[in-house]
Amino acid sequence: MTPEVTAEIRTSHILDLAGEGKRLDGRGPDEYRHVEVVPGFVTTADGSALVRIGDTAVLAGVKLEPGKPFPDTPNAGVLTTNAELIPLSSPVFEPGPPQPGAIEVSRVVDRAIRAAEAIDLTRLCVTPGEKTWVCYVDLHVLDHSGNLIDAAMLAGVSALAHATVPAKRFGIAESDYPLDLQHVPVECTFVRLGDTLVIDPTFDEELAAQGRLTIATDETGRVVAMQKGLVGAFSPDDVREVVRRALVHGDRLRIAARGGKT
Amino acid sequence: MGSVGAKDIPVLLTPEGLRIDGRRLDELRPLRIQAGPLHQADGSAFVEWGANKVMAAVYGPREVHPRHLQQNHKAVIQCKYNMAAFSVDERKRPGLDRRSQEISKVIAEAFESVVFAEEFPRTSIDVYIEVLQANAGTRCAGLVAASVALADAGIPMVDLVPAVAVGKISGQIALDLKKEEDNFGEADLPMALVPQSGRLVLLQMEGHMTPDELSRALDLGVVGCKAIYEKMKQALRDRYSVDPIAAGAA
Repeated sequence: MTPEVTAEIRTSHILDLAGEGKRLDGRGPDEYRHVEVVPGFVTTADGSALVRIGDTAVLAGVKLEPGKPFPDTPNAGVLTTNAELIPLSSPVFEPGPPQPGAIEVSRVVDRAIRAAEAIDLTRLCVTPGEKTWVCYVDLHVLDHSGNLIDAAMLAGVSALAHATVPAKRFGIAESDYPLDLQHVPVECTFVRLGDTLVIDPTFDEELAAQGRLTIATDETGRVVAMQKGLVGAFSPDDVREVVRRALVHGDRLRIAARGGKT
Repeated sequence: MGSVGAKDIPVLLTPEGLRIDGRRLDELRPLRIQAGPLHQADGSAFVEWGANKVMAAVYGPREVHPRHLQQNHKAVIQCKYNMAAFSVDERKRPGLDRRSQEISKVIAEAFESVVFAEEFPRTSIDVYIEVLQANAGTRCAGLVAASVALADAGIPMVDLVPAVAVGKISGQIALDLKKEEDNFGEADLPMALVPQSGRLVLLQMEGHMTPDELSRALDLGVVGCKAIYEKMKQALRDRYSVDPIAAGAA
């Protein structure tokens, strides 16, 4: 049987189970997989974190370099987020230029970091209009078993939380100093399986999904970003429900972002 | 390659014959190999070797992409060696560069020399090597990881392929160079060995060595490869051996 055929059989099974409030891996609809964050996984980075959500693994590395500010924001540092869905992580990824999926992951994560004002970009300014820190957040998907957005976000924010500005190395200040986060945004992703909205979808659940909805929250209880993806639709009540659930799970993920296990 | 803060040439070898990390000339850096850490790949391995961290995954035999590379009488082996942007001191721009392409090619050719490719006509065996943290010797670490990943994927091969770089520091032949030794040393010679046949399937060299030094470097490299070979086999045993007592209880 081809992978396409087995996927179709699995999809109908996943949808049948969801009708009874069950999932293929035995979780309930509101049960997140085991989350583990390993900060400082890569010592060549200025900040890094390896995140595992179940069998999904994403490694984030932060690098800071001196550069030029954008002309329209002379007093602010530059933040660049890049996601690599490398073919090592899944049989569905092929080598080549970034695919739409990778661009979506990086943009959704980038948006949440900006909207939450996780980093005070004005603190990254060295000389207004001339010199600023450019902060690169590189997201490397290692094992794609579903819910890449949440894993990439958690890895990115955790890497930033543990990052150091290499001011001494570049001769800009006497010593390095921590980057510091003002806010800790995390994402919580749900997919629709029939009438059930399940949290933290696996790869197979994403294939079966009739719509995906990602909610980014911060520690003050604000929603800072949202993203609807895949083919499907959500009612306003669906959205209200997942926002409520995202806030509850977000607090747990924020503890993990600091390097704890949940 | 020098980092931003690079200063004068460090002392690579003390009068007592110790290197900057306290190793002797014929000593390897600590090496840890884990077989099968990834869930999506058909085979995978993670290698921590000194300050190197390298992940490898193998997919296949599967359909060939792009199609025109397909061979009617055997599998093609495609290798992609890639460095993460944050794997080095100065951020590397993501994507393929000429160095990565060359390394990918020589590693693919090393594996073509040991894999029984004719058993899988019209397919591709795809080998992906991701350098997550680099500290000299990443092509050898990648090759070791990929070789274990190929075995983990159940690809039939003549043998595992251990690899190591030998070099010259302060005029002395040294095994398994680390970054400072690679940057400031006089020569670097990465090699990969097929232990069964005693033949090398990857061999490169940069720097300067006398024929005598080169000869000794090769001998030292073979000894190093054989030690690495044992660790590769052990990693596979750790993944696949069954504890008879636990198995009986299950």
